[in-house]
Amino acid sequence: MTALLSVNGVSKRFHGLVAVDGVSFDVSAGELFAIIGPNGAGKTTLFNMIAGALAPDEGSIRFAGEPIGGLPADAICRRGIARTFQIVRPFPALSVEDNVVIGALLHSSDVVTARAHAQDLLRRLELYEQRNRIAAALTLPDRKRLEVARALATRPRLLLLDEVMAGLRPTESDRVVAVLRGLNREAGLTIVLIEHVMRAVMALASSVLVLDHGVAIAQGKPEVVVRDPAVIASYLGAEPV
Amino acid sequence: MSATTPSSIAAYCTRVAASLVEDVSRPAVTMLGIFLAALVIAPFLVNDYLLTVLIVVLYFAFTGQAWNIMMGFAGQLSLGHAIYAGLGAYIAAVLFKQFAIAPWIGFFAGLPVAAGCGATIGFLAFRFRVAGVYFAILTIAFAEFARIGFDHFDYVNASAGLFLPVAQYTHNDLWHLRGSPTMFYYVILGAAVLAFVICRALLKSRIGYFWLAIREDEHAARAVGIDSFGYKMAAVMISAMMTSFAGVFYAFFYNNLFPEQVFSISRSIEMILGPIIGGVGTLFGPILGAFVLTGLAELLNAAMSAMGLDLPGAKQVFYGICLLLVVVALPEGVWPWLARRLGLAGRLQ
Repeated sequence: MTALLSVNGVSKRFHGLVAVDGVSFDVSAGELFAIIGPNGAGKTTLFNMIAGALAPDEGSIRFAGEPIGGLPADAICRRGIARTFQIVRPFPALSVEDNVVIGALLHSSDVVTARAHAQDLLRRLELYEQRNRIAAALTLPDRKRLEVARALATRPRLLLLDEVMAGLRPTESDRVVAVLRGLNREAGLTIVLIEHVMRAVMALASSVLVLDHGVAIAQGKPEVVVRDPAVIASYLGAEPV
Repeated sequence: MSATTPSSIAAYCTRVAASLVEDVSRPAVTMLGIFLAALVIAPFLVNDYLLTVLIVVLYFAFTGQAWNIMMGFAGQLSLGHAIYAGLGAYIAAVLFKQFAIAPWIGFFAGLPVAAGCGATIGFLAFRFRVAGVYFAILTIAFAEFARIGFDHFDYVNASAGLFLPVAQYTHNDLWHLRGSPTMFYYVILGAAVLAFVICRALLKSRIGYFWLAIREDEHAARAVGIDSFGYKMAAVMISAMMTSFAGVFYAFFYNNLFPEQVFSISRSIEMILGPIIGGVGTLFGPILGAFVLTGLAELLNAAMSAMGLDLPGAKQVFYGICLLLVVVALPEGVWPWLARRLGLAGRLQ
């Protein structure tokens, strides 16, 4: 089976700093794939290249067999990759519902249909009660879930989640894990997530990639990766998880 | 397809009207109805002076609505909207004067020019990522090019000004826009109502949602698949075309065009004061802003002449004070505040 997302030797430099250095990995359709690593390891830069916010300096990115490296962000989203932002960016002055309606309008030009789709997603992410509030008025965890809802509204085949669990209490993070698992199981949604919350990574991911200083230092099943001495030294610390 | 009988047309119009107000609260519809009825009967109740004031108010309500598409909806600040009005004015006036072509046809002839001008400014800015303040400066620059260009454009009589033939008209000729102030009043009222309806329809549709997304956060908008370049171009072109009608009206109402006046930055600023005072991005804000500003300015004028004062520039100082008060006290504009007071809060107002 060919990979849904295939990243091959991708690099990105910011002036002198090599943020991502020759990283390669494949994500199969239906997989839950996690990217972990210390702060500054290049995880978000890698995401930004997949989502089209940045163009890679070297290497290729293929999605569903087609090269997408260097395409603009909107073109990549239309091909079926949706993302959330590490530092949340909902449309602040618009209502929670309208935020999601905008995502849903990508595939339906009719506002009524888009609104119905948006409301389904808001129920699923437990934001329905807050749908008429202004997005800027939500708490940070709620705004993170709003971003997930807005991204899902574009009906992606691949969802890129940048630290959606950060700042959530364990019970909240467990609820998000359950929602993501459900989406993955029912709709076959492929998810790539950047995460620091190891509890969520262990619960969700079928495969883990570890970045350190822009380089992939380990890749494999989560229970194997967390025992890798290099990973322990660079990221997890001496205490095993 | 069913036959186009008067009753089926009426039924269609009713459906369209119903869909326009379907998500508006009853009190809001009632208030809007009373307001519109008052405007319709106004020419029978007011004197010539007040009628002229109302024409100016509706003119600014119209231009404010057109400008608001770019700034209020799509978040692109234009400080050079006089260029679109000026192009519409000159094209319709020249076609009428030289070739006796009716202004309505002249308006359609000017549409592609206004749209093309907007597209040129938009393309340069959005393609080369000239945004925010720099975009605003680019719009001023184009309006200034036009002012200086037309000042030396002999075919339109350059700085000496273009004059339309004026005569005493015994009847109103709507097709050629020659007639009494009352006729002009109804033309600009119709245009203002149409602009309101168009803006509401745009805001309720997919394009409106995408504009708001771009205004709120362009980066995030692109991440949900919105081609921000295309939608911003659409905003500039639609806004430019609407504004060009204001120019046609201006030319035939005042019968004279001077590049110094038509393309002056003061014209551009006047257009944006209404929506800023009324509420940027709201539908009723530009209308309220036009009434508040022009209404109060004329009151000031009347009060000053009653007291025998003659202070040139008092109106500009007054506009400045209004702007200052609104920016400090009601940064969202007067309408959002008033709408909350009236219990009419909602995005589509």
